[in-house]
Amino acid sequence: MLEAYLALFIKAVFIENIALTFFLGMCTFIAVSKTVETAFGLGIAVVVVQTITVPVNNLIFAYVLKDGALSWAGLGNVDLTFIGLVTYIGVIAAIVQILEMALDKYVPALYNALGIFLPLITVNCAILGGSLFMVQREYNFGESVVYGMGSGVGWALAIVALAGLREKMKYASVPKGLDGAGITFIVAGIMAIAFMLFSGIQL
Amino acid sequence: MTGYGKILFNPLFKNNPIAIQILGICSALAVTSKMQTTLVMCISVICILGLSNLFISMIRKFMPSSIRLIIEMTIIATLVIIADQIIKAYMFEISKQLSVFVGLIITNCIILGRAEAFAVNNPPIKSLLDGIGNAAGYSIVLIQVAFARELIGSGELLGFTIMKPVTEGGWYTPNGLFLLAPSAFFLIGVIIWAAKLTVAKEDA
Repeated sequence: MLEAYLALFIKAVFIENIALTFFLGMCTFIAVSKTVETAFGLGIAVVVVQTITVPVNNLIFAYVLKDGALSWAGLGNVDLTFIGLVTYIGVIAAIVQILEMALDKYVPALYNALGIFLPLITVNCAILGGSLFMVQREYNFGESVVYGMGSGVGWALAIVALAGLREKMKYASVPKGLDGAGITFIVAGIMAIAFMLFSGIQL
Repeated sequence: MTGYGKILFNPLFKNNPIAIQILGICSALAVTSKMQTTLVMCISVICILGLSNLFISMIRKFMPSSIRLIIEMTIIATLVIIADQIIKAYMFEISKQLSVFVGLIITNCIILGRAEAFAVNNPPIKSLLDGIGNAAGYSIVLIQVAFARELIGSGELLGFTIMKPVTEGGWYTPNGLFLLAPSAFFLIGVIIWAAKLTVAKEDA
């Protein structure tokens, strides 16, 4: 049991890295990776939000949206899967908002550290993507907690690594026009090749 | 160029959402390994972005600004659900290949970006044109990437064999890297490079 969860976690972090093999959360991945410090803050925020939203969406899917899931309310033949998308994005927006208020009140240090990144996370496709993959692969509740955390950690790892490379790249002379976003893409591509090595791991 | 034409054609090259503004990258990388899926994705984005801009612009005077984002997200999500259901109903195979990426149009930064930057301040017809123009600019880049990836990666275009691969007795050895994730990063990096150089020349 524990072994299966560990395997899923490793798979979510390395083999199916959500940033470098599925290209999710790319806009922020390219835009907010200039320094390691901000990349790290955003990475932590993504891990926290992802670990909460994926399991919550899993519960909503299992007990409200799935075909026949409403049988506990006497509505056995209702299939609400088609409103899934709008529900997930609503849940994500609500959780980000609640998290922001809760952190502000109880853990102001962390709130100040995360700053502007929390609200930005609502439109980060890695978060919505995590929930959609959870539904598509039919994870149960335990698996969805592990997958949520694993995919968040994987994304954070990728953005911190890219930020580290970009900090060093300040000292390189990049051709005109390629500097900035262009070279960042090419570096991310090389990182993606490096991450493909993990796909050989058998779990 | 007239005002309307400028709104429609400016985002195609000069202010291209992907190459110049670096928005909406996720789907540009993920769905471009085949031409067919790319075309379906482009058509969906053109319809959704045009309509979402139109609807948001129509109700822009009645929207309280404090809950503006939620209203915009709801409109976009509704349009995406409609597109998703249509693709599932009529093109089931393609919907399998696109997997979660149709749903992820909701969080495509171009759509919310255009709603915030253009539709909330401009009349409906202009917003519709702006939406279509930006989506077309997005499509141009996607089609370029998909063209290169499918042709070099498997020697095919839209499923038809253009360069016969060695495995079927032809001469072309497909470059498998182009079907994999990293090639899309390289191609978009090069497109951004080219776009920056040409646009910079125009400005000078």
